[in-house]
Amino acid sequence: MEKFLSGDEAFAEGIRLACPDVISAYPITPQTIVVEKLSEMVEDGSLDAEFIHVESEHSALSCAMGASAAGVRAFTATSSQGLLYMAECLYYASGGRFPIVMMNANRSTALPWNIYGDQRDSLSQLDSGWIQAYAENAQESLDLALMSYYIAEHKTVSTPFMVNLDGFILTHTYEQVDVPTPEQAGKFLPPYETENKLDPENPKNMAFSAGPDTNYIFKYKEHAAMFRAIPVIEEAERRFAEIFGRQYSGLIDAYLTEDADYILITLGSIAGLCREIAGQLRENGVKAGVLRIRYMRPFPAEALAKAVSSAKALAVLEKDISFGNEGTVFTNVNSALHGAGMTAPAYNFIGGLGGRNISHQDIIRIFETIQSGTAKRVNFIGIGEEENS
Amino acid sequence: MTEILWLGRGGQGAFTAAKILGAAYALNPECHALAFPSFGPERRGAPVRAFTKLDYKSISDRSETEKADYIILLDETLYSAGLQNLLKPGGKILVNTKKADPEQFLAFDADSLAGQLKLPVVNTVMMGALAGISGIVSVENLHRAIDAYMPEKIREKNKSAVQKAAEEAAV
Repeated sequence: MEKFLSGDEAFAEGIRLACPDVISAYPITPQTIVVEKLSEMVEDGSLDAEFIHVESEHSALSCAMGASAAGVRAFTATSSQGLLYMAECLYYASGGRFPIVMMNANRSTALPWNIYGDQRDSLSQLDSGWIQAYAENAQESLDLALMSYYIAEHKTVSTPFMVNLDGFILTHTYEQVDVPTPEQAGKFLPPYETENKLDPENPKNMAFSAGPDTNYIFKYKEHAAMFRAIPVIEEAERRFAEIFGRQYSGLIDAYLTEDADYILITLGSIAGLCREIAGQLRENGVKAGVLRIRYMRPFPAEALAKAVSSAKALAVLEKDISFGNEGTVFTNVNSALHGAGMTAPAYNFIGGLGGRNISHQDIIRIFETIQSGTAKRVNFIGIGEEENS
Repeated sequence: MTEILWLGRGGQGAFTAAKILGAAYALNPECHALAFPSFGPERRGAPVRAFTKLDYKSISDRSETEKADYIILLDETLYSAGLQNLLKPGGKILVNTKKADPEQFLAFDADSLAGQLKLPVVNTVMMGALAGISGIVSVENLHRAIDAYMPEKIREKNKSAVQKAAEEAAV
């Protein structure tokens, strides 16, 4: 059924369809209305879940972990400083192999205080052991809510999953969304079954210590499980397309990249505008392309390098900066390009920090400067040449 | 693409109007809409902006509208001559006011109509007026969107507001 929904509302609809048993949340700013909508669904009986109202984000994820350790499907959501406050628990959840799904509204981090959109919150947590996906629109948000559980809970994966929605630009923007039926969702998503749970019939030690003699094995297993998610993502998308008729493209979403000379690599909701500009440039004879990274973890190193292999120059546009170095997405992309032996120059464009609008002109200028070779290695959109050095 | 910029004050329902308009337009086959508020925390009484984008194809450009086809002011105190620079060629500004200034904008006395209908805000009145002057969306579709996205007890009043405003503005 088609509805006119915000990204937040669409995601909450997706979670309702995924039928989590426990939802734990702390509903204060910078939280979004996702958990508010879910609490209404629990209240009106359309979602049969335990809604646990906790006193902080740290507790929200701890509580979800407790639920997952009891063997049930758990959900929580956060944003910005809330995610950072959760950081300690992120590692517990991934190390404990609890396949929790969490929605994160990508919002700026303090100081200066700002709750507008950028991606510095989640990108700071790439090493926490969570699968990280970035949605582009409300439909993909809803669909990821369903697919995330399929992937996270898959026996070969057992890894928590963070679905990222750009703050405001996606979370607060209304658009048409096809909301599937519970029957369709039930056909797609099997009930959660695990042996990684507290079970009086089969007592075992969970969340234990592991010294230097074995610790590295656990870490290696987390790493390996993340790679095993890649074929599971493909499997989930294939099954999803069969049932819902929408086909996704795995870790990356490539647009006109096959023969492109100039490729802009980015993630999240800005990709649409980038594709539009690339299309316009093509009409003027410039072979432009856009590659949207859908998953930052597992990182699509091989797929990405293959997709951009024709490029004469590359731009990486991201709403993030690792102070004293460059954007973190750029670092990851460069590593992949280097690994594939690519030598085309790559330039980093930092934009949209603290919610600053990225305009048509900004995207056009990115393509112009990588084409002319006048871009610097790291460029801050909106900051002049003299301040940029 | 048709772009509408809504200007109001926190509490006047500018975003609700932006959203209902988008939902109404999207009811047409093959029609797409995006609606979003000016981002950030909102305060009652402070100036707020909202955007509706309408197109025959899926809309992937989520950036803020730089030039609008229509600028709708729910509150006349928000008018300034600088708004003319935010219009596309041929674009129109529609203001809720009793003071006509045909050189600058189209005036529509939404306050009086809202008063007659005992509506506390003029957002749906101005939405109806926009439908009346532009024809970009039908009153019937606006009624269907109100039925789908407004609380039941205020639907009928708002539907008559849309109907009356559209008729009055079209003259």
